[in-house]
Amino acid sequence: MTESTSPSFDGLEVGQVVATREVAFTRASLVRYAGASGDFNPIHYNDVVAQEVGLPGVIAHGMLTMGAAASVVEEWAGAGNVSDYQVRFTRPITVPNPGEAVIAVTAKIGALDEERRTARVDLTVQHGEARVLGKAQAVVDCE
Amino acid sequence: MPVNPEAVGRSYGPFEPYEVTRVKIREFADAVDAFSGAHRDVAVANAEGFADLVAPTTFAVVIAQRAEFHVVTDPEVGVDFSMVVHADERFTHVRPLVAGDVITTTVHIDSITQRAGISMVTTRSELADADGAPVSTVLSTLAVREAA
Repeated sequence: MTESTSPSFDGLEVGQVVATREVAFTRASLVRYAGASGDFNPIHYNDVVAQEVGLPGVIAHGMLTMGAAASVVEEWAGAGNVSDYQVRFTRPITVPNPGEAVIAVTAKIGALDEERRTARVDLTVQHGEARVLGKAQAVVDCE
Repeated sequence: MPVNPEAVGRSYGPFEPYEVTRVKIREFADAVDAFSGAHRDVAVANAEGFADLVAPTTFAVVIAQRAEFHVVTDPEVGVDFSMVVHADERFTHVRPLVAGDVITTTVHIDSITQRAGISMVTTRSELADADGAPVSTVLSTLAVREAA
Protein backbone atom coordinates (compact mmCIF):
# COMPACT_ATOMS: atom_id res chain seq x y z
CA MET A 1 0.00 0.00 0.00
CA THR A 2 1.23 3.43 -0.91
CA GLU A 3 0.14 6.40 1.08
CA SER A 4 0.93 9.70 -0.53
CA THR A 5 2.07 12.33 1.93
CA SER A 6 1.33 15.28 -0.38
CA PRO A 7 -0.79 17.96 1.26
CA SER A 8 -4.31 18.46 -0.04
CA PHE A 9 -4.58 21.41 -2.43
CA ASP A 10 -8.20 22.13 -1.59
CA GLY A 11 -8.61 24.44 1.35
CA LEU A 12 -5.20 26.07 1.04
CA GLU A 13 -5.21 29.85 1.18
CA VAL A 14 -2.63 32.42 0.18
CA GLY A 15 -1.10 33.89 3.32
CA GLN A 16 -1.68 30.76 5.39
CA VAL A 17 1.29 29.80 7.59
CA VAL A 18 1.90 26.06 7.10
CA ALA A 19 4.98 25.53 9.27
CA THR A 20 7.36 27.33 11.61
CA ARG A 21 10.50 26.20 13.40
CA GLU A 22 13.45 27.64 15.28
CA VAL A 23 16.81 26.07 14.49
CA ALA A 24 19.97 26.58 16.56
CA PHE A 25 23.33 26.37 14.75
CA THR A 26 26.44 25.58 16.80
CA ARG A 27 29.98 24.93 15.61
CA ALA A 28 29.07 21.24 15.84
CA SER A 29 26.20 21.82 13.35
CA LEU A 30 28.66 23.35 10.89
CA VAL A 31 31.15 20.48 11.22
CA ARG A 32 28.34 17.99 10.76
CA TYR A 33 27.06 19.78 7.65
CA ALA A 34 30.58 20.05 6.25
CA GLY A 35 30.97 16.29 6.54
CA ALA A 36 27.52 15.49 5.21
CA SER A 37 27.79 17.84 2.22
CA GLY A 38 31.49 17.67 1.43
CA ASP A 39 31.85 21.47 1.70
CA PHE A 40 35.03 21.90 3.75
CA ASN A 41 35.61 25.61 3.13
CA PRO A 42 37.50 26.64 6.31
CA ILE A 43 35.44 29.84 6.74
CA HIS A 44 32.83 27.46 8.21
CA TYR A 45 35.06 26.16 11.02
CA ASN A 46 38.31 28.13 11.29
CA ASP A 47 38.17 31.58 12.99
CA VAL A 48 41.59 32.65 11.74
CA VAL A 49 40.76 31.94 8.10
CA ALA A 50 37.32 33.56 8.43
CA GLN A 51 38.87 36.78 9.78
CA GLU A 52 41.65 36.77 7.18
CA VAL A 53 39.07 36.94 4.39
CA GLY A 54 37.24 39.80 6.09
CA LEU A 55 34.37 37.98 7.79
CA PRO A 56 33.32 38.87 11.35
CA GLY A 57 33.93 35.23 12.32
CA VAL A 58 33.04 31.68 11.35
CA ILE A 59 29.80 31.68 9.35
CA ALA A 60 27.23 28.99 8.64
CA HIS A 61 27.18 27.42 5.18
CA GLY A 62 24.48 29.20 3.17
CA MET A 63 23.45 25.74 2.04
CA LEU A 64 22.96 24.65 5.66
CA THR A 65 20.50 27.50 6.17
CA MET A 66 18.82 26.67 2.86
CA GLY A 67 18.66 22.97 3.76
CA ALA A 68 17.35 23.57 7.27
CA ALA A 69 14.63 25.87 5.87
CA ALA A 70 13.69 23.18 3.32
CA SER A 71 13.20 20.74 6.18
CA VAL A 72 10.57 23.08 7.65
CA VAL A 73 8.67 23.05 4.34
CA GLU A 74 9.03 19.26 4.12
CA GLU A 75 7.54 18.85 7.57
CA TRP A 76 4.29 20.12 6.03
CA ALA A 77 4.79 18.99 2.41
CA GLY A 78 6.09 15.47 3.10
CA ALA A 79 9.44 14.12 1.93
CA GLY A 80 10.08 14.25 -1.81
CA ASN A 81 7.23 16.65 -2.61
CA VAL A 82 9.20 19.88 -3.18
CA SER A 83 9.79 20.13 -6.94
CA ASP A 84 11.48 23.53 -7.08
CA TYR A 85 13.31 25.50 -4.41
CA GLN A 86 15.32 28.69 -4.70
CA VAL A 87 16.93 31.20 -2.36
CA ARG A 88 19.23 34.21 -2.36
CA PHE A 89 21.80 34.46 0.39
CA THR A 90 21.44 38.00 1.70
CA ARG A 91 23.31 37.98 5.05
CA PRO A 92 25.88 35.63 6.54
CA ILE A 93 25.11 34.02 9.91
CA THR A 94 28.00 34.25 12.35
CA VAL A 95 28.14 31.22 14.64
CA PRO A 96 29.87 31.95 17.97
CA ASN A 97 32.10 29.60 19.96
CA PRO A 98 30.90 28.74 22.51
CA GLY A 99 27.23 29.44 21.90
CA GLU A 100 24.70 29.20 19.11
CA ALA A 101 23.03 31.20 16.36
CA VAL A 102 19.27 30.77 16.23
CA ILE A 103 17.24 31.19 13.06
CA ALA A 104 13.47 31.43 12.93
CA VAL A 105 11.85 29.91 9.84
CA THR A 106 8.28 30.70 8.76
CA ALA A 107 6.72 28.95 5.77
CA LYS A 108 3.66 30.60 4.29
CA ILE A 109 1.57 29.98 1.17
CA GLY A 110 2.65 32.62 -1.37
CA ALA A 111 0.68 31.53 -4.42
CA LEU A 112 -1.55 28.68 -5.61
CA ASP A 113 -1.63 27.18 -9.10
CA GLU A 114 -5.05 25.63 -9.61
CA GLU A 115 -4.14 23.95 -12.91
CA ARG A 116 -0.98 22.23 -11.72
CA ARG A 117 -2.24 21.79 -8.16
CA THR A 118 0.97 23.22 -6.76
CA ALA A 119 1.51 25.62 -3.90
CA ARG A 120 4.32 28.15 -3.78
CA VAL A 121 5.60 28.35 -0.23
CA ASP A 122 7.41 31.57 0.68
CA LEU A 123 9.97 31.29 3.43
CA THR A 124 11.05 33.95 5.88
CA VAL A 125 14.29 33.13 7.65
CA GLN A 126 15.25 35.56 10.40
CA HIS A 127 18.42 35.70 12.46
CA GLY A 128 17.74 38.35 15.09
CA GLU A 129 16.60 41.41 13.14
CA ALA A 130 18.21 40.29 9.88
CA ARG A 131 16.54 38.37 7.05
CA VAL A 132 19.22 35.92 5.97
CA LEU A 133 17.50 34.50 2.87
CA GLY A 134 15.82 36.51 0.11
CA LYS A 135 13.33 35.29 -2.49
CA ALA A 136 13.15 31.96 -0.70
CA GLN A 137 10.44 29.99 -2.51
CA ALA A 138 9.56 26.32 -2.63
CA VAL A 139 7.04 24.77 -5.02
CA VAL A 140 5.10 21.89 -3.46
CA ASP A 141 3.16 19.28 -5.43
CA CYS A 142 -0.24 18.81 -3.80
CA GLU A 143 -2.98 16.20 -4.08
CA MET B 1 43.50 37.69 -11.79
CA PRO B 2 39.83 38.47 -12.43
CA VAL B 3 37.31 35.94 -13.68
CA ASN B 4 37.51 35.43 -17.44
CA PRO B 5 34.12 36.44 -18.94
CA GLU B 6 34.91 34.43 -22.07
CA ALA B 7 34.50 31.23 -20.06
CA VAL B 8 30.70 31.50 -20.52
CA GLY B 9 29.30 28.50 -22.35
CA ARG B 10 31.97 26.07 -21.17
CA SER B 11 30.80 22.61 -20.10
CA TYR B 12 32.48 20.01 -17.92
CA GLY B 13 31.76 16.34 -17.55
CA PRO B 14 30.07 13.97 -17.45
CA PHE B 15 32.12 12.83 -14.49
CA GLU B 16 32.37 9.47 -12.75
CA PRO B 17 28.79 8.68 -11.66
CA TYR B 18 27.76 9.48 -8.08
CA GLU B 19 26.07 6.63 -6.21
CA VAL B 20 23.37 7.80 -3.82
CA THR B 21 23.51 5.71 -0.64
CA ARG B 22 21.23 5.23 2.36
CA VAL B 23 24.05 6.15 4.72
CA LYS B 24 24.68 9.49 2.98
CA ILE B 25 20.97 10.32 2.86
CA ARG B 26 20.64 9.68 6.62
CA GLU B 27 23.77 11.69 7.34
CA PHE B 28 22.55 14.63 5.25
CA ALA B 29 19.05 14.46 6.75
CA ASP B 30 20.60 14.65 10.24
CA ALA B 31 22.72 17.66 9.23
CA VAL B 32 19.72 19.70 7.97
CA ASP B 33 17.19 18.57 10.62
CA ALA B 34 15.04 16.73 8.07
CA PHE B 35 12.99 14.56 10.40
CA SER B 36 10.84 12.53 7.99
CA GLY B 37 11.05 8.76 8.40
CA ALA B 38 11.28 8.47 4.61
CA HIS B 39 14.92 9.68 4.89
CA ARG B 40 15.80 7.01 7.45
CA ASP B 41 13.57 3.94 7.32
CA VAL B 42 13.14 1.98 4.06
CA ALA B 43 9.74 0.65 5.15
CA VAL B 44 8.45 4.21 5.66
CA ALA B 45 9.90 5.32 2.31
CA ASN B 46 8.25 2.33 0.56
CA ALA B 47 4.92 3.07 2.23
CA GLU B 48 5.12 6.64 0.89
CA GLY B 49 5.67 5.34 -2.63
CA PHE B 50 9.47 5.61 -2.96
CA ALA B 51 11.66 2.76 -4.16
CA ASP B 52 14.15 3.39 -1.34
CA LEU B 53 15.14 6.13 1.12
CA VAL B 54 14.31 9.52 -0.39
CA ALA B 55 16.86 12.34 -0.28
CA PRO B 56 16.08 15.70 1.38
CA THR B 57 15.21 18.59 -0.98
CA THR B 58 18.73 20.06 -1.12
CA PHE B 59 20.67 16.77 -1.18
CA ALA B 60 21.46 17.30 -4.88
CA VAL B 61 23.99 19.94 -3.77
CA VAL B 62 26.27 17.12 -2.65
CA ILE B 63 26.44 15.96 -6.26
CA ALA B 64 26.31 19.40 -7.91
CA GLN B 65 29.14 20.87 -5.80
CA ARG B 66 31.46 18.06 -6.90
CA ALA B 67 30.77 19.06 -10.49
CA GLU B 68 31.06 22.81 -9.77
CA PHE B 69 34.49 22.13 -8.28
CA HIS B 70 35.75 21.56 -11.84
CA VAL B 71 34.60 25.08 -12.77
CA VAL B 72 36.10 26.91 -9.79
CA THR B 73 39.43 25.11 -10.15
CA ASP B 74 39.73 25.65 -13.92
CA PRO B 75 42.66 28.10 -14.25
CA GLU B 76 41.16 29.44 -17.48
CA VAL B 77 38.01 30.54 -15.60
CA GLY B 78 40.11 32.23 -12.91
CA VAL B 79 37.99 31.95 -9.75
CA ASP B 80 39.95 32.78 -6.56
CA PHE B 81 38.10 30.50 -4.16
CA SER B 82 39.15 32.46 -1.07
CA MET B 83 37.19 35.42 -2.51
CA VAL B 84 33.97 33.52 -3.18
CA VAL B 85 30.60 34.13 -1.54
CA HIS B 86 27.55 32.04 -2.42
CA ALA B 87 24.93 34.40 -3.89
CA ASP B 88 22.00 32.17 -4.82
CA GLU B 89 20.94 28.59 -5.41
CA ARG B 90 18.03 26.83 -7.08
CA PHE B 91 16.95 23.20 -7.38
CA THR B 92 14.44 21.98 -9.92
CA HIS B 93 13.58 18.33 -9.47
CA VAL B 94 11.93 16.14 -12.10
CA ARG B 95 11.72 13.51 -9.35
CA PRO B 96 13.32 13.15 -5.93
CA LEU B 97 16.69 11.40 -5.62
CA VAL B 98 16.49 8.01 -3.91
CA ALA B 99 19.09 5.62 -2.50
CA GLY B 100 20.42 3.40 -5.26
CA ASP B 101 20.38 6.15 -7.90
CA VAL B 102 23.53 6.31 -9.98
CA ILE B 103 23.77 9.92 -11.08
CA THR B 104 25.78 11.39 -13.93
CA THR B 105 26.37 15.13 -13.93
CA THR B 106 27.44 17.71 -16.47
CA VAL B 107 27.98 21.33 -15.47
CA HIS B 108 27.68 24.40 -17.68
CA ILE B 109 28.77 28.00 -17.12
CA ASP B 110 25.54 29.81 -17.96
CA SER B 111 26.59 33.40 -17.28
CA ILE B 112 29.36 35.63 -15.99
CA THR B 113 28.51 39.25 -15.25
CA GLN B 114 30.96 41.78 -13.85
CA ARG B 115 30.57 45.10 -12.12
CA ALA B 116 32.25 47.05 -9.35
CA GLY B 117 35.01 44.49 -8.87
CA ILE B 118 32.62 41.57 -8.42
CA SER B 119 32.05 38.75 -10.89
CA MET B 120 28.79 36.79 -10.67
CA VAL B 121 29.33 33.30 -12.02
CA THR B 122 26.25 31.13 -12.62
CA THR B 123 26.66 27.41 -13.15
CA ARG B 124 23.98 24.88 -14.10
CA SER B 125 24.47 21.25 -13.14
CA GLU B 126 22.30 18.72 -14.95
CA LEU B 127 21.82 15.46 -13.05
CA ALA B 128 20.65 12.37 -14.92
CA ASP B 129 20.02 8.81 -13.78
CA ALA B 130 21.54 5.57 -15.05
CA ASP B 131 18.98 5.48 -17.91
CA GLY B 132 19.97 9.00 -18.94
CA ALA B 133 16.66 10.46 -17.74
CA PRO B 134 16.91 13.95 -16.22
CA VAL B 135 16.48 14.03 -12.42
CA SER B 136 17.47 17.52 -11.23
CA THR B 137 18.82 20.85 -12.39
CA VAL B 138 20.92 22.82 -9.90
CA LEU B 139 21.61 26.50 -10.56
CA SER B 140 24.26 28.14 -8.43
CA THR B 141 25.63 31.67 -8.50
CA LEU B 142 28.91 32.58 -6.87
CA ALA B 143 29.97 36.18 -6.23
CA VAL B 144 33.74 36.43 -6.71
CA ARG B 145 35.47 39.53 -5.37
CA GLU B 146 38.60 40.69 -7.13
CA ALA B 147 41.65 40.70 -4.90
CA ALA B 148 42.49 44.28 -3.86
